[in-house]
Order: sequence, then structure tokens, then C-alpha cells
Amino acid sequence: MEKNLLRYIWNHTRPQQIWVLIVVLVSMIPYFLSLDLPKQIINGPIQGAGFETPNATQPFMEFEINLPLLGSIYTFEGFQLGRMQTLVALSGGFLSLVIINNFFKYYINTYKGRLGERLLRRIRFELFDRVLRFPPRRIKNIHGAEIASMIKDEVEPFGGFTGDAFVQPAMLGGQAVAAMLFILLQSFWLGLVAAVMVLVQVIVIPRMRRRLIELGRQRQITARHLAGKVGEVVEGIGTIHAYDTSNYERADVANRLGQIFKIRYDIYQWKFLVKFLNNFLAQLTPFFFYLIGGYFALRGSLDVGQLVAVINAYKDLPSPLKELIDWDQARQDVQVKYEQVRDYFEFDDLIDPATHAIASVGQPYSGEQLAAINLVIEDEGGVRVLNGASIRLARGESVAMADNIGRGAEALAEAFGRQVWPTSGKICLGDHDILELPESIAGRRVSYVSADTYFFHGSLKDNLLYGLKHAPVEPAQYEGDAANQRRWEIREAQMASNPDFDVRASWVDHRTTSISDNGDKSDIKNSLLAALDKVQLTDDILQFALHSTLDAQSNPQLVADVVAMRHALHNEIRSTGRSGLIVPFEPQVYNKEATVGENLLFGKTLQPLDKTSALLDSDHFYTALAKVGLLRAFVDTGLTIAGNMVEIFSGLPPDHPFFNQVPFLTADDIVYYQQILQKLGTRRSHALSAEEERAVVRLTLEYIEPRYRLGVLHDDLREKIVGAREIFFAELPAHLRGLIEHYDPDAYMSYATLQENILFGKIANRNADAPSEIRNIAARVSRERGFYHQLLRVGLEFDIGAGGRRLTLVQRQKLNLARALIRRSDFYIFNKPLPGQERRLQEEIVSDVLTYLRQQENNPTIVWVLSNISLSKLFERVVMFDNGEIVEDGLYETLREESGIFKALVA
Amino acid sequence: MLLCEEVQLLKKLPYFADLDGCKLKLLAFASERVSYEPGQKLFKQGDGGDSAYVILSGTVETVLETPTGQTKIRENGVNSVVGEICLLCEGERTNTAKALTHVEALKINKDCFSRIIHDSPNMTMRVTRTLAERLRHTADELDTVKAHQFV
Repeated sequence: MEKNLLRYIWNHTRPQQIWVLIVVLVSMIPYFLSLDLPKQIINGPIQGAGFETPNATQPFMEFEINLPLLGSIYTFEGFQLGRMQTLVALSGGFLSLVIINNFFKYYINTYKGRLGERLLRRIRFELFDRVLRFPPRRIKNIHGAEIASMIKDEVEPFGGFTGDAFVQPAMLGGQAVAAMLFILLQSFWLGLVAAVMVLVQVIVIPRMRRRLIELGRQRQITARHLAGKVGEVVEGIGTIHAYDTSNYERADVANRLGQIFKIRYDIYQWKFLVKFLNNFLAQLTPFFFYLIGGYFALRGSLDVGQLVAVINAYKDLPSPLKELIDWDQARQDVQVKYEQVRDYFEFDDLIDPATHAIASVGQPYSGEQLAAINLVIEDEGGVRVLNGASIRLARGESVAMADNIGRGAEALAEAFGRQVWPTSGKICLGDHDILELPESIAGRRVSYVSADTYFFHGSLKDNLLYGLKHAPVEPAQYEGDAANQRRWEIREAQMASNPDFDVRASWVDHRTTSISDNGDKSDIKNSLLAALDKVQLTDDILQFALHSTLDAQSNPQLVADVVAMRHALHNEIRSTGRSGLIVPFEPQVYNKEATVGENLLFGKTLQPLDKTSALLDSDHFYTALAKVGLLRAFVDTGLTIAGNMVEIFSGLPPDHPFFNQVPFLTADDIVYYQQILQKLGTRRSHALSAEEERAVVRLTLEYIEPRYRLGVLHDDLREKIVGAREIFFAELPAHLRGLIEHYDPDAYMSYATLQENILFGKIANRNADAPSEIRNIAARVSRERGFYHQLLRVGLEFDIGAGGRRLTLVQRQKLNLARALIRRSDFYIFNKPLPGQERRLQEEIVSDVLTYLRQQENNPTIVWVLSNISLSKLFERVVMFDNGEIVEDGLYETLREESGIFKALVA
Repeated sequence: MLLCEEVQLLKKLPYFADLDGCKLKLLAFASERVSYEPGQKLFKQGDGGDSAYVILSGTVETVLETPTGQTKIRENGVNSVVGEICLLCEGERTNTAKALTHVEALKINKDCFSRIIHDSPNMTMRVTRTLAERLRHTADELDTVKAHQFV
């Protein structure tokens, strides 16, 4: 990148700058004319110069085109007009000049804006592109948030400046010179006064502004660090809470804000001082005009029209001048910012752009072996972690690597995965240095996985397929407006030197999946399912699906299948004589395993039915309850429940585990109910206040007879509840009805999860084995119906959150491994991908992954750095590292016989 | 069967005879009501144990699984408790409990139980005494078996 921003702008926008300069120059002609016209109007028609007799006429619009070298090339005699006519015509001319001037302004500003935005786009992309090309060592020292703040905010002023970079000085300078010339032409002395004042402004003000620029630079750096700090706090929020250091972080950020405040306040002070001076100087000049011009006018050596014209022209002078000074300030300001940003992004060892060249088809490359030659790797502290290791890995080998002391094996794996660059020596894929090969070879022939998982915000599926998105495989199809839009996108991208790859095209390359039987898209699906299976993630994904809710409108087919699955499950349960497992929702039957509230509403509510739910909070609910004649019964039942609860729970400390048995009750509630009961004494429930009544009714609504066994729910009350369902619903106002979604055996419920939709009933509480039994039956039925794959598809849409934070650590590690297994590579490097997971799981996964990859007909090499050395029995070859050197290397059986470190460790 | 009936039943058990009504109600409330069909297992030998079962109706047989086959230990009817050892100590189930008829039982969770014991000190004594009696009973049986072997 150029050192000087002006040069950068000039190099990338030269033709456009020249064009806009020409337009600006042309716009000077009407501008100058409009300066002259007021004088003509005042001196001519108003004061009567040339109209001394009533019938006198003057030519109008007579003009002569004079060019500096060619002389007069055209003369127009004009129209003869009277005094009034001339006034109207000249004023009309003035109006048209105003319009023309403004049109020029409009065109120039739009053009400059577009120019600036294009350059901004170019520079932002260039910086981002550099981020992608940073050497690994550099990446470790930078803050993501700082980079983001630079690319997003710090370069922003460059765009605004670009349009003005050359046009502004030309245009404003032109205007200033024009006004200056005009004043000089009118009166030499007044012109001289103006010129002196201008010189003072031009010299003094920029000097005062140097301090402002320095302050601006400090502000930029502190603001950038603040962005970095905030990013850090967000990333490390867990650590902060764990160690109770939140107040330390508060102090830190408050201190930074204080610094920024101080700098900004300094800036304001200086800014307004400069402004004050500037304004003062600007207004000092008219003082001289009035004094000196008035003197000349009194003396008669200057006519009043001239004086008015001079003052008029001067009115136009300070603003271009001030803007010119502003421009210079902006130039210095953006130059400083530019240097700041440029320094951050400028290195000698950026990755060569050719390495990243896009390749839609994997190039044929015979990389039959992966070799490290005299490899030396130093860590950040300069300590040698790998000391001159040489090793050759042939195709088809399965190699276990492990460290005795040190981390040589890990370092070697990192180097194979290009995560670190060697200090000396090299890694060769086939005959070439892996760092010199394009990533389209090195990044596809080799798959690298470590415990350092990173995921992008999006769905599980997007992340799983991430490793296949090398280049657009199938272009997106556009029609009509969309096609025009796409053409526009391509044109604009090219104008700003951005790549025009289509992000909406299909990027997932189905030719490089690990399972590649059919050569079509089913390979992706099969590879994906297989990979998930091998890392034991399928069950988690099913759980995601079962606990998700779906928008019925956008998934009509799936929703229909869920309802079909519901019927199939219920049929299966009935036909196998296990109807006791589940109590389905039936319109005319009281569901004894559901709460009273659920039975009354006979539907799913968006919010759970607790104190805070809009439904229970509303008066309408209780009015409706009274109308269907249930309010009294519910209050009385509630009082009985309250009595029992108080008896059972009174005196228990609030953290007593028994409160878990009744999720709707807390120790505070117990005290509250106790007070209600005491106050009521032996009186009837009518004595309760409305609020107390509602609290008691809530108890009834949560009650499930088989669960709590208080014997308060009699058959006639049940029948009454079932009978009241429809009327109760009808009594509710529309906005509350909208909160309830009725149970309908043939309809999907949007408020309920997939699991609730499939079950469509309550699992029998009494039967201890019911949940697992139902799960088994449901699994069988869903596999038979092919519904299983649909569920997986829903689960794969699970949003994993920023950086995959909605997944557990174990799930993240498994997903990370699965992401590599989907890809077809010649070399798989697994660098302790599952640290800290239990032994049995590790062994199962390692063994399954090995079996899975060995099935590939491209005969891949598998390298696994083991944290659990006993798993080396699954590999053919074992390489032992000690203090950064390879100490043993051989077949598993051989090494086990030899008496070395390996034998000692395995034994 | 309602909660109050369960409380009456629990009161008849030697373990809980001393416990006041409120605590018993709490225990009953915090416990789960479960039912089993004939042949269903309440728990299996070797599983981790976390609860005892008070049989409210039906019959449960406890069986010892040995390498040579199953040995029936005894049948447990209404008002008996199975699997209660695990309420007091860690460890695996030492036998398997299987429903012979339709069984209704109260599943007392270990955590709830220890919490109740923790809150009522004289119950600890009662439980210890009951266990000691069972131990003597078991020792007697063992002696009898040994005596038979010598004969």
C-alpha cells in the first residue's frame, strides 16, 4: 500500500478525479457569471445606468466567446430591452444561474460520494484481504476487535475525503481565487486588504491545527484499544466472573474512557479556539471594507455599486477559504489515520496472493508423501519445541505420534497443518514446500484438526460443510431484476477491485466429500451422516431437533410429517398393547396426567402458565373462569392444596431440595399462603381479596392428581372442567385467545416443541420405564417411516451461536472432528482433537474414525497425536518424541518389543 | 391411593414409626408413585442404587443372580421395603427385584431420605436399630446355613 493516502487515492481514481476536475472547472463559468450579475442589476436597471431616457434600451445577452489564444471566436448582438424588461431579464438570468450552479453542485457531490464509497470499499477489502494473508506468528499478537474497528471505523473518513481529495482544493481554490480576483478588479486596495487577511488565515490557522491532529491520532489509538478491550471482556466474561475481577475490568474501562474524554475535551477546546480565531479574522475584513471602502466611496473614487459588489464577493470568500483550510486539516487527519492503519497491516512476510488463488477444481497433484526435513520449530518465547526432526509419511499409513517430555509431536502436527511456520527446515507435500503450494492443494490434500475448535456463527450444517467451501461450484441462477442486480454487483465489485465471486452460488463441493459413490449431492448427505455417526454426535443432533420449535407456515411438508409421525407413534403404542405409557390429549376426556390448567385451556401456551404469564395476569382470565362457574370451585380446591402444602413445607429452609418437587412453589410462596390461610381462619373463601383469590387459583391450575395425590380433584369437577373448555375459550378476549393453541390431533402446534408435537399427550407418571420405552418405540417408528432423517435435518439447522458457544465443549470437539471427516483428503492430521474426554469414548471414536477413513479408496494417511498413549495399539506405526526430538519410530509391534520409552509408557 | 393413606401405611413400617405426621407426609410427597406390571424389574443386581421401594400393593420377589443361575431370596408383600440398604450406603444393588403381580410402590429417593434423617435425629436411632435387628436376623440365618453344612 502507498505511504501517502493522496497518492493511494490518485493511483486508484485518477481518471475519475480528472473528470470531476473538468466538471468543476466548467462549473466555474456560471459561478463567476453569478458573481457579476448582482452588480449589473444594481448599476443597470435599479440605479439607471444606461437608462437615462425613458425609452432607452440596452442589449441583453450579448456575448462574445474569447479564448486566451484564439481571441474572439463568436459574437452575439443580444436583444434590445427597456429598463423594466432588463431588470426582469437580468433577474431571470440570475435565477437560471442559481439553478445551473446548484445542478453542478448536485452532480459533483453525487459523483464524489460514489467515488469515495468505491475507494472505501477498495481499501476495506484490501485490509481484510491482508488479514487473510497475515503470517501465523502475526495473528497471535492482534486483537480481532481492534482489526474490526480499524476496518470498519478508522478507514471510514477516507471515503469522505476521497471525493474531496483533489476536487475540493481545485473548486474552493478556484472560487477563492475568482472572488479574490473580482475584489482586486473592483478595487485594488480593498483587494489587497482582503489578500493580507487571507494570508494570515492560511498561515496561522493550519499551524494551530497541528496540535489537533496529534490529539486526533491519540484519540484513534485509545479508541482502538478500547474496542480491543471490550472485545476481550466479552470473550473472557466467564473468567472474569469466575475470579471476581469484574470491578478490575470496570476500573480499566473507566480509566480508558477517562483518557478518551480528556483527549476529546482537549480537541474541543482547541477546535473552538481555532474556530473563534478564524471567524474573528474573517469578520475583521468587512470592518476594513466598510472603513476603507466607505472612505473611497465618500471620496468618490469607488462607486456604491462596486462597494456592494466587493462586500458581496467577500461574503463568498471566507467560506471557500475556510473550507480550504478545513480540507487541509482533513487531509492531514486522514493521512495520519492512514499511516496508523497502514503500519498495522504492512508486513514483509504476508502470504503471497498466488497461494490463495481460487481453484474450483482441485488441481491434479501427485503428493504421495508428506515429509518433514530437518524441521526446527520455535514457540513464541523462542524455545525450540521441535529440534531438527525429519520424518516421511507415505500414503496409506496410520501413524500414532506421542510426546514423552515436551510437545514435539504437537508442534510437528501444527506444522503439517500450517498453523505454525518452521524456523528452519521445511515440510514437503510431494516434491514441493507446503508453504509454497497454493492453498487449493495444501488446504485440500491435508485436513488438520486440533483441540482448538473454532466455529462460525450459523447452523450446525453450515459449520459441518465449511471445509468443502473452496470455490463456487454451481452458479446461482438469476432472472429479471435479480439478474440486473447481480450484473450491477459484479460491475461495482470490479470497479472497487473486489472479487466478484458470488456468495449466493453453491459453494459446497460434492466432489470432494469423504464418501463419493454417486458423484452427486447424496454424497454430501451420506458423508455428513457418517461423520456425525463416527464422532457420536447423532443423538445430540436428534435432541436439538426434538427440543426445537418450527414455524408451521414455512415448513408445511415437515409439519405434516410430524403429525403423521404422531399418529404412527400412537398407533404403534396401541397395537403393541402399551397404551398405558401415554395419555393422549382428547377433547372430551380429562387428561389426568396434565395439570388442571392444561386441561382447562386444552392447548399449548407460548409462555408457561406461571405468575408472569400474560394469561394469568389478565382480569379477563378470572372473569371467564367465573362465567363458566369454575372460579369458586378452583378457589376452594386451591385452599385445600394450600393447606396441604403449608403443612408439608412450612418450616423448611428456602434452599431445601424438596422444593424441587413443586416447581411452582418457593419458600416465600409458602409463607404467603400460610398468611392467607391464617387470615381466612374458618371463614368461607369469599372473604379473600381478588389478589389472594388469584394466588390460590394458580395452585389449582398447577395441580396434577397422580403426581401430588392429595385427593382434591373429584370426578364432577373434572367433568365440569372438560365441559367448560369451549365456553371458557370463547369467553376470553381475542388477544388472550391468540396465546393459546388448541390441541388438535390432526394439527401441528407452533408453540410446542417437536417432541411435544410428536408425543401429543402426557407420559404416564407412574410407569417408571415409560420414558425410555416410549423413546425406543419412537426411534423404531421414526426409522421405519424415514422420519429420522427429517429430524436430523431439523437438528442440523440448530444455531450454534457465536463461536459455537451454544454447544458444550465435548460437542464442539466432536463437531470439529466431524468437519474434517466430511472432507476427502490424502492426509489427515489429528492433533489431540479430543483432549480430556473419557477414555472409553476416545477409544471408540479413534477406532471408528480409523476404520471409516481406511475405507476410502484414495488410501489416505492418518496421523494422530495421542494424549492417551494406550490407543497407539490401533495404529500401524508409532513415532515417539522426547524433548522435541524423534527418539523412536517404527511399527507398533516392533516398538512394543524393544525396550525404549514407548514400552515403558505403554506398560 | 392418596397421600394420606400412604402416610398411614408408612407409619406402620418400623423405620418410620417414630417420625411425626408432618415429616412422613413430606417424605411421601417427595417420593414418587410408581407402578409395575408382572415381570417388570424395579431394579437390577449390579446397578447403582439411589432409591428404596415401599410396596403399597402387589408382590415383589428379590432374586440373587449367580453365575450358575437365579436364586430366589424371598417374596415381599404389602408393607415391606425393598432396596433400602442403598439409602444408607453407596454401592451396587446386591440383588434384583421383580414384580410378580401388578405392583404399586412408593419410590423413596436417597437424597430425600437422608434429608429427612438429617432433620430428625431420633429417626437415625430408629433406623440404626431396625438395621441392627435385620443384621442379627441375617447372622442367624447364616449360622443356620453353616450349621447345616457341617451336619
